[in-house]
Order: sequence, then C-alpha cells, then structure tokens
Amino acid sequence: MEFEATVEVQLKEGIADPQGSTIENATPKLGFNGIENVRVGKSIRFTITAKDETEAEKTIQELCEKFLTNPVIENAIIHLQGAE
Amino acid sequence: MNPTIGVIVFPGSNCEQDALEAVTSLGANSRLLWHDSSDLGDVDGVIIPGGFAHGDYLRPGAIARFSPAMESVITFAQSGRPVLGICNGFQILTEAGLLPGALQKNRGLKFLCKPVKLNVRTTNSVLTSQTTKDDSLTIPINHFEGNYTCSDETLKELHDEDRILLTYENNPNGSIGDIAGICNDQRNVVGLMPHPERACHPLLGSIDGQPLLHSFIESSSS
Repeated sequence: MEFEATVEVQLKEGIADPQGSTIENATPKLGFNGIENVRVGKSIRFTITAKDETEAEKTIQELCEKFLTNPVIENAIIHLQGAE
Repeated sequence: MNPTIGVIVFPGSNCEQDALEAVTSLGANSRLLWHDSSDLGDVDGVIIPGGFAHGDYLRPGAIARFSPAMESVITFAQSGRPVLGICNGFQILTEAGLLPGALQKNRGLKFLCKPVKLNVRTTNSVLTSQTTKDDSLTIPINHFEGNYTCSDETLKELHDEDRILLTYENNPNGSIGDIAGICNDQRNVVGLMPHPERACHPLLGSIDGQPLLHSFIESSSS
C-alpha cells in the first residue's frame, strides 16, 4: 500500500529559535498585534510503500530518529494518509 | 617520523586548505581525503574541517555523517586514534554520535565571526596535551549554529569526567556551561567551534591555535 506522509519537525521546548523570534518581532511593526510564541519548523513530505499503516508508521519513526530529526533538540510529528 | 594528518573534504567544506596548511606548517604530513571514499589510507590522525558539508541541508552534519568516509572515521575513532572536528566538523561528530549533545543556533540571532578568548580547562586530551591548564587562547569563531546544548545528565558527565576542554571567557553564543570544545570518554575524539587553524600565523593576528594543533599532531605520532 502507498501512503502519503508528512513529518513535521519542531524544535523542542526551550531550544532557541532565532527565525521564530525574528518573525514575532516583526509582526507588531506590520500592524499585527497579539501574535506570540512563534516557532518555525520544517515540513517534510513523501510517499511510502508499506504492508499496512502500522508498518509505515514504524519505518517513518525510525527514519525520524536516525535521520530526519536530531533527538537532542528536535521532535517529530508524523501524519499518515492512505494515497488514492 | 612525522605523522600524516588526513583532512576530510565534503561538498561544501571550506576550511580544508586552512587546516592542511596549518598542520603542514607545524611539521606534519597532510593530505585531503574525499568524503565519497571509505579508504582513509595510512593517515595517523583525521581532521573534519569547517564549512557547510552538503549545504547543511536538513541540519548541519545530518547528511555528512552518512558519507562513506565517516563510517571509516567511526572505526578509526573506535580504535583510539585521534579525530578532530572543527566547527562544521564538530557538528558532524555530534550527528555521527561520536560526541554527545548538539549545536543549536546562536543565542542573539547573529552569525558570529570574530576572535574570542578561550580558557583551557584540561590538558588531558589529544587537542590540549601541549597546553597549560587555565591558559587563555585567542582564536576566531565563525558560526551561526555554535550554541552547544546537551541534557543535564550529559553535562554532569562531561564535568565529572573532565571532558570539557575549552570554555569561552565571554560566552558569545549561549553555549551551555560556556562550552567551546569537548572530547569523548576515550579522550581521542575532540570537537570545538573555534578555528585553531586560523590562528597559526602572526599575520592572522594570533598564533594561539598552534599549541592545540601541536597537541593533535603529537597525539597522532604516538
């Protein structure tokens, strides 16, 4: 089965995010008020062929641990969807 | 016989010639090693230089660690021989699991390129054996992601095992514990953000990188 996967990579709580801070600092200057806690992450999309959803999820989790994230500073959220 | 230092070159490395020139000027033989080959030849020590290996795509060091040369560097390191990662090389060594922790973006949101003062915390490593404890060294930094971070347990381990080699006198980037350089538990794999190879000639404004690279060359000879 083929699945569409999206992996959201986010910096862990407490890890400095200069891009997020810069965006946040710019918002009031552009007239947008009340914007806080801006965090910038990465979104990695791909398709994966696996026996079933459980197997796909397991493979992606391993991929995240070994390659797509640095577990010392980043978390991953995996979204999976059957491709039609 | 003088030792031979191999300097690994990745696509995007940009300090390999500086490293080669510095160790050669200090009496070592040296050669460049292309990342795509797992053959390190007869080198006695390995330097992973600064730059932007593989464009720093995904994360600094994330792709470089899977290069064939890195598999050999891991075996080389496990056999107790000296490995030095400078700047991007330090990031690659943490990604490869040869050194603990990670390098995050600088506190203060700035790319930093300036000389900084470092203090030698221990002389027990392949990078600091020829220095004196508490020496103050002036060496340039040149990075955006040099803010060292690790878990509390790792930090305690680094302290307890005397594995913090160099600290910043005035922390420029937010590194935990002012850490500028560390070593592994065998003390033969070292990583630091500052560039000793850029402080090896009076024309460059400092020769304080010499005792560090001397130490590394000396460790490679034995």
